[in-house]
Amino acid sequence: MKGMTVIVKKTTQLIAGIIFLYGIYIILHGHLTPGGGFAGGVILAGSFILLILAFGSDFMHLLKEEKGSTIYENLAILAFLLLALTGLLAGGKIFFANWLPHGTPGELVSAGFMPLYNIFVGIEVAASILTIFLALVIFKEEILK
Amino acid sequence: MELAISVIVGFMILGALYAIHARDILSAVIAGGIVGYSLVICFLLLKAPDLAIVQIVVETITLIIMVAVVLDSSRVEAYGKFDSRAWVTAGTAVLILAILFWFLKEASAHLAPFGENTMRMADAYVNGAVDRTGSVNLVTGVIFDFRGYDTLGEATVLVTAVLGVLTILRLRGKKV
Repeated sequence: MKGMTVIVKKTTQLIAGIIFLYGIYIILHGHLTPGGGFAGGVILAGSFILLILAFGSDFMHLLKEEKGSTIYENLAILAFLLLALTGLLAGGKIFFANWLPHGTPGELVSAGFMPLYNIFVGIEVAASILTIFLALVIFKEEILK
Repeated sequence: MELAISVIVGFMILGALYAIHARDILSAVIAGGIVGYSLVICFLLLKAPDLAIVQIVVETITLIIMVAVVLDSSRVEAYGKFDSRAWVTAGTAVLILAILFWFLKEASAHLAPFGENTMRMADAYVNGAVDRTGSVNLVTGVIFDFRGYDTLGEATVLVTAVLGVLTILRLRGKKV
């Protein structure tokens, strides 16, 4: 896949980092404001997709396998499952028990496990959607080679 | 409010009809985007910002991927002939539609009005959720605490979808 014109490239340079930071903000504030892991993860994947579309797959060295994103995706859902399993080991013996201290509602570090769940779901969603897009790009280049 | 939602739903139906009948696949994909973005406005009018954010970002990414796929392949739709088998299919579809509409009419006669008479569980979620979960955003409190299994299932569905895409789209075998 070829890159786009110099206007698109320059705009992408300015915007991609801000989109990435906005995705992280949406994920981290998931328990305070609307949004959360799913929406923020898709925004994170969107910044990478913008980079790939603007600069082309040659510039990004995308001719290799899509190994990195699949590993992140599987590790993230494994961590999500393990965090849920810790509820069984803690006092209540309940799956998905929120046994960390809740703190003051409304602060950034509060609500026990919920920010951690949001972070891992965000990583998982971002890696999944990026993997699907990479599969469409890479497998076509493999055939054309 | 109900008038605005009715108008937007009318736009969605028009977009979907155009997407079905368009000869050019690229314009069909763009017309399909009308449905998604109108749904975003519906969610905002119904005061569901969480759903609206998820819907607008997912719709954008989906549209980009679909446009990329269409631009890489053909834009012309392959039309088949309308033979006797197509008549059987169309007749079955109309029959099932009629049955579904009849059941909808029967069922909606006994339903509560839209937005009223919430369930007992919903009251328990809304009234005590901040104290019990510690999360100010009630939606996150519900999907990660009361409905944790649901979220785990959704994440698993995403992983399974990626596995399916990687399995089906890979045309050349992998060297071990």
